[in-house]
Amino acid sequence: MNMSQTAATSDLTALDLESMTADVVAMAMKAGASDAEAVAREGDEFSVNVRMGEVETLKESGSRALGLRVFLGKKTASASTSDLTADGIRQLVDGAMALAKVTEEDPFSGMPERDEFGALEGDLHLYYDDVYSLPNAERIEWARRAEAAAMASDARITNSDGGSFDAATGRKVLANSRGFVGGYRTSYAAVSAAPLAVDVNGAMQRDGWWSCARSFALLESPEAVGAEAARRTVRRLGAGRVPTQRVPIVFAPEVARSLIGSVFDAASGDAIWRHASFLAGKLGETIAHPSITIIDDNIMMLPTGVGGFGTSPFDGEGLPSRRTVVVENGVLRNYLLNTYTARKLGMKSTHNASRGLAGTPGIGCGNLFLEPGSPTKDEIIAAVPAGLYVTSLMGFGVNTVTGDYSRGATGLWIENGQLTHSVEEVTIAGNLREMLQNVTAIGNDLEFRSSVASPTLRIDGMTIAGA
Amino acid sequence: MTSASLPPVTNHKRYFFEKFGITERLLERCLGEALSAGGDYADLYFESVISTALGVDEQIVKSASQGTSAGCGIRVLSGERTGYAYTDNLSPERLLHAARTAALIASGPAKQPVQGFTETAAANLYPVPLGGFDLDLAARLELILRADKAARASDPRVVQVRASYSEELRRILIAASDGAFASDTQPLCRLNVFVIAREGALSTKGSAGAGGRAGLEQFAGSKSPEGLAQEAARGAILQLGAVAAPAGEMQVVLGPGWPGILLHEAVGHGLEADFNRKKTSAFAGLIGQPVASPKVTVVDNGTIAGRRGSLNVDDEGSATQETVLIEGGVLKGYLTDKLSARLTGAANTGSGRRESYQCIPMPRMTNTYMLAGDDSPEEILRSVNRGLYAVNFGGGQVDITNGKFVFSASEAYLIEDGKVTAPVRDATLIGNGPEALKYVSMVGNDLKLDEGIGTCGKDGQSVPVGVGMPTIKLDRMTVGGTGR
Repeated sequence: MNMSQTAATSDLTALDLESMTADVVAMAMKAGASDAEAVAREGDEFSVNVRMGEVETLKESGSRALGLRVFLGKKTASASTSDLTADGIRQLVDGAMALAKVTEEDPFSGMPERDEFGALEGDLHLYYDDVYSLPNAERIEWARRAEAAAMASDARITNSDGGSFDAATGRKVLANSRGFVGGYRTSYAAVSAAPLAVDVNGAMQRDGWWSCARSFALLESPEAVGAEAARRTVRRLGAGRVPTQRVPIVFAPEVARSLIGSVFDAASGDAIWRHASFLAGKLGETIAHPSITIIDDNIMMLPTGVGGFGTSPFDGEGLPSRRTVVVENGVLRNYLLNTYTARKLGMKSTHNASRGLAGTPGIGCGNLFLEPGSPTKDEIIAAVPAGLYVTSLMGFGVNTVTGDYSRGATGLWIENGQLTHSVEEVTIAGNLREMLQNVTAIGNDLEFRSSVASPTLRIDGMTIAGA
Repeated sequence: MTSASLPPVTNHKRYFFEKFGITERLLERCLGEALSAGGDYADLYFESVISTALGVDEQIVKSASQGTSAGCGIRVLSGERTGYAYTDNLSPERLLHAARTAALIASGPAKQPVQGFTETAAANLYPVPLGGFDLDLAARLELILRADKAARASDPRVVQVRASYSEELRRILIAASDGAFASDTQPLCRLNVFVIAREGALSTKGSAGAGGRAGLEQFAGSKSPEGLAQEAARGAILQLGAVAAPAGEMQVVLGPGWPGILLHEAVGHGLEADFNRKKTSAFAGLIGQPVASPKVTVVDNGTIAGRRGSLNVDDEGSATQETVLIEGGVLKGYLTDKLSARLTGAANTGSGRRESYQCIPMPRMTNTYMLAGDDSPEEILRSVNRGLYAVNFGGGQVDITNGKFVFSASEAYLIEDGKVTAPVRDATLIGNGPEALKYVSMVGNDLKLDEGIGTCGKDGQSVPVGVGMPTIKLDRMTVGGTGR
């Protein structure tokens, strides 16, 4: 199969995107806006999935889009478009202005002050063009190799959802009427495998593993990814339920991270000012076990010298990225805020604004993590006489307002400190208020495989519902 | 007051021909280019979406936004392989470039597309109003202002109210190498109310929403802004007095309507043909086998007028239909698209959908529901000595390989000695798809479809869907509470 090199044939260079967003801001101001902010996104992607050794899907393309937020004093509205012609941009500006006129004055609305804007200096190492360095036939080979390695690992692996290879680059630009213009490029590559195993009774299980990085050179080998995917899949075989009971739960890192994400959501300004969070009003109070320190770091480099998955030079409003301590030794130190929510709370933005193309800015994390403790994962498990080691969670059963938590779980039963049979079709439930206080062990195995990370975690007092 | 609006168009395909300069000749050239390296089939999917969203918060019209996007996705099928490329620039050069990129999935002599197009005979399930799409913002703002006012007035314990309205108009045009041609204009809107209630130190939330492929006139009766506001407030207030949900396996009664998400998760995804063709679904090879109690008949129906999950044609240009998935408990068939139908020899059920022109289509649900039975809802509740009665849910999820599914109850009550008693806090229910519906022992006579706010995610692609069910009793299901 022959294929041309990835055609990220952008009609627009970096300079063009920046001058286009500046032009859109100028147009909006000329149309009567008191303030304006434009964002431009450009991206291209390549994706191949190989299944049972054959290419199944192959996708390659790119796109760009523009968003505009305008203010008419204390009124604001936004619009987005994929039509970057003169006509399309005219309609974008007209549309946003017309909508702003139907909104009402909100005393807290408005952009940040001029002296707040800024971007981190220097190269944050967010972009590597080596993600497209492999000739296409080899990209397909990587996907094939990941799947093949998984299938060769164990005779019980007889089917597959495939091996895949993905690469993408993107560019974000933001310009506003208060003198800020900034932009940056990002890159991404990933390889994965999703094998299926069948046990003696014909029951099927599927799992997967993946490696992703900003630089192709930092990806794990397809063989390593395939072998790990196989190990996790086979580990699920013979799964059954356990009786309803209250026992310690040990969360593997890949699921523990979702708990850290829930704390971030509950500490986010939007939920806080609305009192729609179990952490509302609790700044400065002990909300978790003293061993818990949670950081949101938007500026960190990984040990490899590459920018973290959640690293950026500036937030969604153009404020320079920073590192914020969310929880320190169990005490809630900071809410995560953008300009609007900060004003609602009489505080300052923590530079956590996230920005889609249209709509009001939200709140997003950078590199969010729980600081590691000292025991190893094995030591944590060895200390559990009877309990559940959770490796996968299902469903959306987290209520940020009340803290109620109830999700489907899969994992391995712990008996006398040993991992034993596979468990599925149970739920684990509790309330985040108590769960955070009842963290009884934090592992030393913190690894950044994505922007949200956690070590292994043990929580006591939760209820398993099963047979 | 209207914002910048498009010239009124009633002929779907004329929109693309006039606005983007698409011609039949260009379509033929692109299809020819797509098959220039061989392949069995190619299609072009043009899409243009305009969306509007309005929000009221703290009694202020705080947010208003609008979006426009357009593009074309070009697909080539060769055996089991799919090549795909998309472009947001609809000039002939970029379209041909995308076609050439997609063509690289095949390697062989060129194939010729069928000469001439035949338009799919399609239903007219959601007529777009005469005179085109009228963006009367004042009428839309009135809906959310009414909802906001009614929610605030409903109970002094309601402390926060947010009401939002969103709407989109999606136009599509599909041309395929087998001569198929289809176009459609798809309206979609929804109204949502979200409240926070507080009593002492306890805060709770409640929400309600409605929508569909119809105009503002649909927001009447229980779907009126006042009806939704009262429903959202009622849900939040109820939770103020809720006790711990029980934990473990028990009898469960599900109310009508949105609890039909049970079907979407337990069997719906597992019956999508792509999973079954690849034998990765727990339902593979089970056609003709009992997968539910004999009282259970489940259908997927894309042809109901005005519903959120309905479509005149699917995103491959095939007519939609009513597909019987399970009849009297027996598995009858899967939801297919063109590729699955061709590879398995099954009929195409018109279930090929995609989130946007940037995505490859695959089998998806439309409106998925269980047919009504003969039992009365009151009888059903009286028959339970100890169990759970759940009438509203948030979302759910499923692992189609091992069949395990979950859905999270947002309004549920204990049943004690046949009577509905205390409301309980949120709990997730879990079951095993190929087995769970075998425990349906009673099916009510009160089939209801949901209010029209469902969104289904699969493989990173979201599409609007509907669900429905009568009141049913499951002799057993695991309830994920914390109480004994």
